[in-house]
Amino acid sequence: MIQLTVNRKSRSFDGDPEMPLLWFLRDELQLTGTKYGCGLGLCGACTVHLDGKAVRSCQTPMKAVAGKKVTTIEGLAVNGDHALQSAWKQHNVPQCGYCQSGQIMQAASLLHEKPHPSDADIDAAMDGNICRCGTYQRIRAAIKTAAAAKTATLAAPRQERVELAAAPPGIKLPSTESASELQPELVAGEAAL
Amino acid sequence: MSEIRNLSRRTLLGQMFSAGAFVLAARVAPENALAAATKSSTGDWHPNLWLTLSPDGMLTILAHRSEMGTGVRSSLPAVVAEEMDADMGRVHIEQAIGDARLGSQDTDGSCSIRLFLTTMHEVGASARTMLVNAAAAKWGVPAADCAAKNHQVVHAASGKALGFGELAALAAAQPTPDPKSLVFKDPASYKYLGKDFPITDLDDMVRGRAVFGFDAHMDGMLHASIERSPVIGGKLKSYDGAEALKVKGVRQVVTIAHSDPPWLFKPLGGVAVVGDSTWAVMQGRKKLKVEWEPGPNGSADSVAFRAGLMETARKPGKVVRNIGDVDAAFTRAAKTVEAEYTTPLLAHASMEPPAAVAEFKDGKVVAWAATQNPQAVQDTVAAALGIKKADVTCHVTLLGGAFGRKSKPDYVAEAAILSKQCGKPVKVAWSREDDLRFDYYHSTAAMYLKAGLDERGNPLAWLQRSVFPPLMTLYDPKAIYPSFELSLGWTDVPFDFKNHRAESGPASPPLRIGWLRSVASIYHAFAVHSFLDELAHTAGRDPVEYLLAQLGPDRKIDFKAQGVASGSDGKDEYAYDTARLRRVIEIAADKSGWAKRKPAKGRALGICAHRSFLTYVASVVDLEVDDKGGIKIHRVDTALDAGRIVNADRVRSQFEGAAVFGTSAALMGEISFRNGRVTQSNFHNHPVARMSEAPRETHVYIVPSDAPPAGVGEPGVPPMAPAICNAIFAATGKRIRELPVRKTKLV
Ligand code: FES
Ligand code: FES
Repeated sequence: MIQLTVNRKSRSFDGDPEMPLLWFLRDELQLTGTKYGCGLGLCGACTVHLDGKAVRSCQTPMKAVAGKKVTTIEGLAVNGDHALQSAWKQHNVPQCGYCQSGQIMQAASLLHEKPHPSDADIDAAMDGNICRCGTYQRIRAAIKTAAAAKTATLAAPRQERVELAAAPPGIKLPSTESASELQPELVAGEAAL
Repeated sequence: MSEIRNLSRRTLLGQMFSAGAFVLAARVAPENALAAATKSSTGDWHPNLWLTLSPDGMLTILAHRSEMGTGVRSSLPAVVAEEMDADMGRVHIEQAIGDARLGSQDTDGSCSIRLFLTTMHEVGASARTMLVNAAAAKWGVPAADCAAKNHQVVHAASGKALGFGELAALAAAQPTPDPKSLVFKDPASYKYLGKDFPITDLDDMVRGRAVFGFDAHMDGMLHASIERSPVIGGKLKSYDGAEALKVKGVRQVVTIAHSDPPWLFKPLGGVAVVGDSTWAVMQGRKKLKVEWEPGPNGSADSVAFRAGLMETARKPGKVVRNIGDVDAAFTRAAKTVEAEYTTPLLAHASMEPPAAVAEFKDGKVVAWAATQNPQAVQDTVAAALGIKKADVTCHVTLLGGAFGRKSKPDYVAEAAILSKQCGKPVKVAWSREDDLRFDYYHSTAAMYLKAGLDERGNPLAWLQRSVFPPLMTLYDPKAIYPSFELSLGWTDVPFDFKNHRAESGPASPPLRIGWLRSVASIYHAFAVHSFLDELAHTAGRDPVEYLLAQLGPDRKIDFKAQGVASGSDGKDEYAYDTARLRRVIEIAADKSGWAKRKPAKGRALGICAHRSFLTYVASVVDLEVDDKGGIKIHRVDTALDAGRIVNADRVRSQFEGAAVFGTSAALMGEISFRNGRVTQSNFHNHPVARMSEAPRETHVYIVPSDAPPAGVGEPGVPPMAPAICNAIFAATGKRIRELPVRKTKLV
């Protein structure tokens, strides 16, 4: 039995310890914001935070996450108002949107390590995240906007109620934690933002 | 004009709207020539949009075209909301299921706005008129004194106002206005149209809540992973699923029957491992023992295949356009130039591989799919299971990119077939390897060009010949000569040549061919605009000056009179206007600083101007080739004239994205095959442009225009390969005649 924390909630798993975290998140927790794009660590669509650092969940077996804290796009900010999410909206970054969870999680890890990344830092950190729609220049711009805005976002703890979107029939939305399950403190990876 | 009918209190799409709701339906005849050529037209009622206004003021607008990143799911409904002066905060956009009554839902060919903009205006104006008339009748004042304003109807003189919701029941009782009597909103008062506005899915997308085909879920569903013949057309000889069944979570190993050409959208067939989770079936599939009979394509080889195409291109082909006498003019030429160009097969490689979930129950199928064409899903699934089209319901999820791949629903049919066999809903989610190996590939092509020049280097004669496997082979393996592909950058070359002949040769593909973003324009533009640049340099002239000189005097080209296909829908309003191409060339040249550019080691500009999908585009690429032959694209300046536009921000984003997509195709895109097997499998051997390889900045300039709307999703792609290769030549003196560029050592 593997115990881990996903978006501040404890979870357990007793299946194949070699199964990548990606499929635990998607198939078992219905946290489908984390995407499959290649399964080989080549595209970044599956990026999540493991103890605050960006990892490829398709390359992270369940046995490697025992006792660790996982943050997915759904848990990045309770109200979806992480500085990067706001910047992403300000720049209308997504086209199809499929790669964007991975892009945002990768960028969040970058800003945690380098609050004011240079263009070369951005290239180096983001080159593993493919966007076939070609939103790269807006991703770069949004990262810069978020870097500039980060101090402002730190001010208030995020405790507001999570609104639940209505699911269209036949489709299950990614599960959204209810407010009571969320801890007010931020996980390490997000502290800088 | 569309016919608009009031359908309040009727059943639509099997959905009963609550009493008091106000529902409008409109229809237009499908106008997509491509769609009409390949799909049956139902010929009768084609309502294309529904609008429902609830008594609480909520306005539901149906989006019937698929969202794959263009923003169309938001753009078309925004037109209705604009005409009604509705409050976007009270608009809910509902994605339509596949239904022939909607008209074409085949979201490809960059034509959603072109085909449906007028209708959306009419639906909105019609609804507004009925709301205003309803309020005027209630107040006993002339309708002319009332106006719609931000989700209300107001009577300025008395200050009376009623919300749209309060008027819903009254409006439903109003007669539908005659479309000819409709008064449209003054564009000067637009709140959204022609400006930047966010897409409806933006918040969901940045929060991981947007639901794609890969995320679709049905209660009790099983997962499936399918092993297919590595050679297209190969047959299953034998299989042993015993080891696969030992994997925990694997429940069944079943087969899907083999398909024969024509490929259509039929599943290829194979051995499916079905089980409880994605991981279980992926593991089980690795344990399958399968033997295949390779079949007729077992020795196919992409290098030999391409050489064969080139061989054909060197020989006279079928004449598809002729002006003057090319052969006689060659004899008068001061100089003759000839060149051969080739391009490879390309894969779509959308970030979301094909995925769908389907349930077969009581003789009917319900599917949720990432599809560009839910009606094709109905047809394909119905044919695969031998049921009626009407018994297939296709819900459309968001698409994680598509680029043409997801208009071919073989993967949805797989899910439906497996559901029937397993008695439960089944989800089929392709791996990246499946996606790259079993794509409907963009055609490989070979082109031969020859020009005879006068003393100043202007073409006295221009001969162009292209050979590629036609898309129609998908429907008829004997259709070895291309058809509409020729209108994509081949027969519609706009230059003012007095002696001009275009030819086309036959070819037949050893695997499945399909359309990909901008289709034949990719290779046609590459050959035509690389060759033009070669001629400019041969003449010792500036490429932009030379390009404008060949464009000739401003004029509208009547391709039809020349008996030539041009992609203009045969409509005068879309006649090729060379003044519009000239204008975008001038803008792109100006914004890129073309005239002021200075020679720098390894760094240069390249240009290409090309109309496709009725949109005029010119792109200038500024790139640098370093000492190791590495390429850095510093900047792209793209000017475009797409006529009337809806969402300026989404137009820019499509052209930014097209610059990246075009860069991938030019620099690195290639699918090859040996012994009938596709060589590439994932992003390590099938690279696509990453951030550091993509153009660093793309600047997009939209020409303000009142012309009828044209395409946006695709036309940014074709200019990229020639502009890049022309810049590489200017920077290094190396002429690229074979794509992708990475096959050529630049230093
Ligand atoms: S799916 Fe994990 S890196 Fe591509
Ligand atoms: S937005 Fe479509 S892949 Fe990035």
